Amino acid sequence: MRYSALSILLNGLRGNRNWTPAWRQPDPKPHYDVIIVGGGGHGLATAYYLAKEFGVTNVAVLEKNYVGSGNVGRNTTIIRSNYLLPGNNPFYELSMQLWEGLEQDFNFNAMVSQRGVLNLYHSDAQRDAYTRRGNAMRLHGVDAELLDRAAVRRMLPFLDFDNARFPIQGGLLQRRGGTVRHDAVAWGYARGADSRGVDIIQNCEVTGIRREDGRVTGVETSRGFIGCGKLALAAAGNSSKVAELAGLRLPIESHVLQAFVSEGLKPFIDGVVTFGAGHFYVSQSDKGGLVFGGDLDGYNSYAQRGNLATVEHVAEAGKAMIPALSRVRVLRSWGGIMDMSMDGSPIIDRTPIDNLYLNAGWCYGGFKATPASGFCFAHLLARGAPQKTAAAFRLDRFERGYLLDEKGQGAQPNLH
Amino acid sequence: MSSYRLPNLGLVSRDTPVSFTFDGKPMQGLQGDTLASALLANGRMLVGRSFKYHRPRGILTAGAAEPNALVTIGHGGRTEPNTRATMQELYEGLEAQSQNRWPSLDFDLGALNGILSPFLGAGFYYKTFMWPAPLWEKLYEPIIRKAAGLGKASYEADPDAYEKSWAHCDLLVIGAGPTGLAAALTAGRAGARVILLDEGSLPGGSLLFETAMIDGKAAAQFARDTSDELRSMPNVRFMMRTTAFGWYDGNVFGAVERVQKHVREPVPSLPVERLWRIATKKALLASGAEERPLVFGGNDRPGVMMASAMRAYLNRYGVAPGRATAIFTTNDSGYTLARDLEAAGVDVAAIVDSRPAAGVDYRGKARLIREAVVCGVTGRKAISAIEVHRGDRTESIAVDALAMAGGFDPIIHLACHRGGRPVWSAEKTAFLAPGSLNGLEVAGGAAATSGLAACLGEGIAQAQAALEGVGLRCPPMDLPKVEGDDAAYSSNPLWSIPGVKDKAFIDFQNDVHLKDIGLAVREGYGHVELAKRYTTTGMATDQGKLSNVNAIGLIAKARGVSPAEVGTTTFRPFYTPVSFGALTGAHAGHHFQPVRKSPLHDWAKKHGAVFVETGLWYRSAWFPKSGERSWRESVEREVLNVRKNAGLCDVSMLGKIELSGSDAAEFLNRVYCNAFLKLPVGKARYGLMLREDGFIYDDGTTSRLAENRFFMTTTTAYAAGVMNHLEFCAQVLWPELDVRLASVTDQWAQMAVAGPKARMILQKIVDDDISDAAFPFLAAKEVSLFGGALHGCLFRISFSGELAYEIAVPAGYGESVADALLDAGKDHGIMPYGVETLSVLRIEKGHVTHNEINGTVVPADLGFGKMVSATKLDFIGKAMLQREGLAASGRPQLVGVVPIDPKHSFRSGSHILAKGAEATLENDEGYVTSSAYSPHVGSTIALALVHNGQSRHGEEVLVWSGLHGESTPARLCHPVFFDPQNERLHV
Amino acid sequence: MASLVPCPNCGRRPKEEFTIKGAALSRPGADADSENWFDYVYLRDNPRGAYEEYWHHTSGCRRWLVVMRDTLTHEVAACRDATDGSRSERRK
Repeated sequence: MRYSALSILLNGLRGNRNWTPAWRQPDPKPHYDVIIVGGGGHGLATAYYLAKEFGVTNVAVLEKNYVGSGNVGRNTTIIRSNYLLPGNNPFYELSMQLWEGLEQDFNFNAMVSQRGVLNLYHSDAQRDAYTRRGNAMRLHGVDAELLDRAAVRRMLPFLDFDNARFPIQGGLLQRRGGTVRHDAVAWGYARGADSRGVDIIQNCEVTGIRREDGRVTGVETSRGFIGCGKLALAAAGNSSKVAELAGLRLPIESHVLQAFVSEGLKPFIDGVVTFGAGHFYVSQSDKGGLVFGGDLDGYNSYAQRGNLATVEHVAEAGKAMIPALSRVRVLRSWGGIMDMSMDGSPIIDRTPIDNLYLNAGWCYGGFKATPASGFCFAHLLARGAPQKTAAAFRLDRFERGYLLDEKGQGAQPNLH
Repeated sequence: MSSYRLPNLGLVSRDTPVSFTFDGKPMQGLQGDTLASALLANGRMLVGRSFKYHRPRGILTAGAAEPNALVTIGHGGRTEPNTRATMQELYEGLEAQSQNRWPSLDFDLGALNGILSPFLGAGFYYKTFMWPAPLWEKLYEPIIRKAAGLGKASYEADPDAYEKSWAHCDLLVIGAGPTGLAAALTAGRAGARVILLDEGSLPGGSLLFETAMIDGKAAAQFARDTSDELRSMPNVRFMMRTTAFGWYDGNVFGAVERVQKHVREPVPSLPVERLWRIATKKALLASGAEERPLVFGGNDRPGVMMASAMRAYLNRYGVAPGRATAIFTTNDSGYTLARDLEAAGVDVAAIVDSRPAAGVDYRGKARLIREAVVCGVTGRKAISAIEVHRGDRTESIAVDALAMAGGFDPIIHLACHRGGRPVWSAEKTAFLAPGSLNGLEVAGGAAATSGLAACLGEGIAQAQAALEGVGLRCPPMDLPKVEGDDAAYSSNPLWSIPGVKDKAFIDFQNDVHLKDIGLAVREGYGHVELAKRYTTTGMATDQGKLSNVNAIGLIAKARGVSPAEVGTTTFRPFYTPVSFGALTGAHAGHHFQPVRKSPLHDWAKKHGAVFVETGLWYRSAWFPKSGERSWRESVEREVLNVRKNAGLCDVSMLGKIELSGSDAAEFLNRVYCNAFLKLPVGKARYGLMLREDGFIYDDGTTSRLAENRFFMTTTTAYAAGVMNHLEFCAQVLWPELDVRLASVTDQWAQMAVAGPKARMILQKIVDDDISDAAFPFLAAKEVSLFGGALHGCLFRISFSGELAYEIAVPAGYGESVADALLDAGKDHGIMPYGVETLSVLRIEKGHVTHNEINGTVVPADLGFGKMVSATKLDFIGKAMLQREGLAASGRPQLVGVVPIDPKHSFRSGSHILAKGAEATLENDEGYVTSSAYSPHVGSTIALALVHNGQSRHGEEVLVWSGLHGESTPARLCHPVFFDPQNERLHV
Repeated sequence: MASLVPCPNCGRRPKEEFTIKGAALSRPGADADSENWFDYVYLRDNPRGAYEEYWHHTSGCRRWLVVMRDTLTHEVAACRDATDGSRSERRK
């Protein structure tokens, strides 16, 4: 069923009784050309692009819970392509370009909203770092502007310009950055993949990876054995656990990152703003809630919940940036499990095991990468070679010393 | 006006009237009122508008779950949007404004959305607004955003104070209702350290509107007496107006105390809110139960209220809900309300009971309609009649208030904050807290226990069990005697109601109604999480307190399964919303982070320094002189003066670590990549510290003051990190080494004295001979000053490239020594200089800082390749440094950059392109890490990291900053611009 | 994670006083091959369950501790000074 204003009108007049399921609930077939483990944003996008762009339709997405139950449904919905390193920047820009045409492409309004992402700076050193970053973006044709204090003040007059411990000097603005309604991304990809023949199988947990003669032949699941040609892991947050089923150890740790939403307020923050003197970033949703977050809790965790101390740190930074938040109330906090790689950048690669492919290590940048991650992973699975913007996301880069360390923190995942 | 106030009923103070305004209209309430009870007493039924359809809304509850009666109170920096009128205590002068309406609450154009509702069902926006694509940001979204949100936040800073506290106890009791009071009393009498908290303003919970007698006293009196006893116990902390909002690891609870939210003008010496972190051995959740709404048409209209809320307004606040009421009930609690209403003289027109028979013997005057439901109401801004559906007949009964009693759901929010999932009990027909919670028990209404006596008994028993668990003995407690309690009930849930025509709401605030759930299930969003996300049920400010269980019941019905199979969404902190102010405490404004000041801060201030934030430090940036018009002018003067005469710079904020022990040299040899084992006593050496992954971590000088004693300096930014790292190495990696570490950053005031005249100036205060022969470059030793009056450490090291020393003296003497040096150098032209000048001097000399040590460079990249010891068996980073990629061709390498035309300049962060190359990422050769105007060179100079830079000296390039529209022809060169032979260091 | 960490030297102290480094692994010997080093610096078991990691009591005794913790429940089973007792077995 195609979605449009007309379909809403006609269905509305008929009492909305004729809407059909957005995707099927098929039983698993005995064998697929490609099985994707993980029905989150990246797994569903991979399936979608496999079917749509590469003509591979005998595909199953196995999800242990419900569609979009992982990080695609528990992030702060930000999209941006303001990356520094040549190995990262073109990939995230590809993602941004895919976001820009996504809704028309999959006929689902995910509310891709390019209201801008502004990174504040508070010192000369930060300004110089943003100058370097903004210029790297410009070199790749990505939009970037360096704003001075007066320009930031015109945009966001309610930031603390006058009593701040670390006065705001300016900011790096990417106008094409913004937010997307996160759940809708999962749903849109699921619906799009399903309509092209992909089987999305929920409540189906992978419990084993079967190997014969050193190559993967299928997976044991809570719904029985399913054979496959290629097995594609897209289970960020649980990558280590899934890879372990194939005997692989990864350069990844699972960490909890909290996110928050305030009570609904009449919109006053248009785009995304990040604080430069503490861990805080915020945007305001189309429902009016301030959606915000801060830093990792700092310890390995598989529990989707965080610590009060981190909540306090985030709130402190928030009020330092916007003093008027003081009497605004925080409604809800939640935690997502991040696949923190050892250099802060992702992995899209084949593995040393035949037929086993890995998409992992997204740290806390996974949501914005969803379209490009799906597209590039599909490219790798269908063509056997990496898509050029994802060529640096090699699994062996750690061992060989070709790291993609945007923050320069080294092999310390909780600092990325 | 107060014609809804009943005489002689309730706990409000009749002789203390309180004036307030609602939407600018003056009204009067009584001391003890909430804003909600005062509004009701004034006959104000319509108090808010819903989110989506702008439906007129009244007051639904008498507590924390209120989804409808949200108002904005206060003004200016004290503006508080989305305040629940049911929780806000009335105070003199309170100003309340209704929200989400235009132009007015009574006439709200947004209500037109209701007419369009067939097209605005769950998730409609996912299916439209897609064409043409640019119109989303330009047209559709702005319209949606205009309609978004409820209250309006202030732009102004909050004038009030907040604070945070820790508390520790044996037993934390959450909720001071009958269960909690009994538990706290039991534990208190046993001598345990008890904290009892409750979100309300008066202790007692349901006892405040209960009509039963306990130990021969009225319930409210029993609550008062018990509270008095508890307050008299030194081992009990009794906190009212305090909400436990989250349960965290280690049995720590977050709670927020509203210290001054019920007063007109907060006292500045007290916070308005206080955040508590309560660490407890055991906790008892006695949070009671929430009454479940009934999902019939128009169940959101002003005048429809929860039955228990109606009872609270009646018995606690002495407010009649209307002139003629009706009660729609699925259980016996409706009859208790009927009896109370009639006793207060309020007419009950009908009791509509969904069951064939009641469990109580009702003898009141109300008409009893059994096996019937209310399926709809008449009236928009206030109800005027209800539609009662029985069999296949519908009849209308005129009323102006309707109570709904749909049974009770235990409030188990907190019990599920640490991963536990609620469990559906078929017996209790409710979701219960998960079992075997570590350190937390649930009792009373929160455990679906009904009846006063049972709750009191459970409170006592659970307190006894908890204390036994922590090794405390409890004396026996008598169970209070309860008379006249008819609150015990059992109930079968009534999920769906026949005959419904108008919208029947599940989530009131978010306007999720019955049909939305049906649509979600039909479209495949039947998983409880998907249904929540698709319809937004449970996502409003009340977090689904009233809506979740109904939504689950209705999803279960639509899917043909039991609520157990549907399960719940996840309960997350916070139980009720918590302000940024409370979470922030005192860390606001200028106090966001602590300030670190050098021991020479006041000295620098005295000499007119301009300060700059550097991490937590304030550093002197430059020292303007009168007549200088720009910082550039001051810095240029300072630079030239250092090169010509001498300058004095505060470097106290460098990290300083003292290492001692017989293995200290071996230890240093392992933490630095260059050799330290054979550093002679009395010598300083530049050291490069790597991370274990082979990249440079930090640099600094380390001096050997004695055979087994070293003095290390680190960069300012990494001082704490290096100390942690060294402690890791000493304690974890090589505990067998005899080395002790002490951070002495704050013990020393350290200053650089640099310039050709540095020695003659210093010699005036240093007793020891510091001639070049006696104290050559890189000498380091403890020295005597001022004829033995003071001792310090002197290092002949130079960041500026001049003859230079750093002298460290005990912090308290810093200012005197600095002044003495200025005095000693007066005739030699000494001047203070700041970090800006320091930066120019070091760039001229090609010295690196963390601008260059950016976490992704190895020693060879910075020209330090030869420093890396090839002979040492082991040092941190040695193994990983061998990786192919860390030695590959094309790595960024440190170079100097100068503009070809000295009149041109460029800035840090610009990128380097080969001459004539197009500005693309593929052609990116590197970037400018540091730049400054060099008075010595007479142009801008810079350091840069450029691919293969060391072999490209002399190459013409383009320095490009697209951000600024700048493109400057420049030349790569050796990174040392000044005195490349280091002659000036050795004079 | 534990809001309060049972420091063997200082007693139960708030988590904010500590700095977390990560997996409590044994550093390979100087003669170890590159594979061992790669393993030590980059690869992680990342278990769902019991986990030993290094914590530093930065704002307390300034000792490095080995905290035995469950990554799913966040319960702390044990906490000892890293210098004390036997170190966890060296990875092969």
